[in-house]
Amino acid sequence: MNEQTKNFWAGVRAEAPLLIGVFPFGMIYGALALNAGLSRTAAQLMSSMVFAGSSQFIAAQLIHDSAPGFVIVLTIAVVNLRHMLYSASLAPYVASLSTRWKTLLSYLLTDEAYAATVIHYEAEGVTPLGHWFFLGAGFSLWFTWQVSTALGIFLGTAIPASWSLDFALPLTFIAMVVPVLKNRAAIAAALSAGVVALLAYSLPYKLGLILAALVGIIVGTILEKTSDSHV
Amino acid sequence: MNIWLVMLVGGLITFGIRFSLIYLFGKLHIPETMRKALHYVPPAVLSAIIFPELFLSDGTLHLAFDNYRLLAGLMAVAVAWFSKNTLVTIIAGMIALFLLQYLF
Repeated sequence: MNEQTKNFWAGVRAEAPLLIGVFPFGMIYGALALNAGLSRTAAQLMSSMVFAGSSQFIAAQLIHDSAPGFVIVLTIAVVNLRHMLYSASLAPYVASLSTRWKTLLSYLLTDEAYAATVIHYEAEGVTPLGHWFFLGAGFSLWFTWQVSTALGIFLGTAIPASWSLDFALPLTFIAMVVPVLKNRAAIAAALSAGVVALLAYSLPYKLGLILAALVGIIVGTILEKTSDSHV
Repeated sequence: MNIWLVMLVGGLITFGIRFSLIYLFGKLHIPETMRKALHYVPPAVLSAIIFPELFLSDGTLHLAFDNYRLLAGLMAVAVAWFSKNTLVTIIAGMIALFLLQYLF
């Protein structure tokens, strides 16, 4: 096994625990998309065209509710905006790679791929073949997502709602957000966004989510500035 | 509304977001305030998704001991805080929900 392959499989191994959480979520997405009225092809292809679980989930619901196209696109953009932080965070580590590599790795940059990869880069720094680790983590997630989507579409309504597999989504996000709540500004951002999301829930087309996210970002940024000025 | 167009544009935007700063690194100066604001996107967006899932049942606020998702979710927050482990959090949360639904 050459060094590239070793790094690749190391990435896959690091990603493995997250794959277990993603699998039921993909199945639920597949079944949900089908129930929302998407064709099997469309439901499956969204998992590679958009390739972002939570936004696919919400988009399927919006399609079911006959939301206008631009609202669905806007919601996808807002829900996935956090990936810009992942892009900023990993940029220094992949800076010396070719544009081709950067493009491929960027396509694979999901929450879960980021989680495993950033830990590796922060521990090891930039190594000549470290991007193969990133590729392993990212590709294993991609593959798992395609398979679980397909299984969800195949099983469709056969998955009992009483299994509550869709609860895996908020649980995965809880697991991702709690470690980030390290200071007052971040906690305030989370709480304010959460409360606004509850208050604005009845707004059409999930606009409440966009509003809540904006409020949270503004609150966090203001609080950070305020605490900076005391230094 | 053409679903293929929505998926294509949504996909391109999503890719663009992921590619943006990786491609622009070193090429573009990002204002300090924007960089700081970026840090609050994950907690804000994720909480905006999590809170309705836990606190609302069919769109209405459900603050009661029979809101099992809320109880399981709060427990998951505690597990996440102490374990810092994604898999443990997800499994613990799902088990908590199953137990609550099954026992009560």
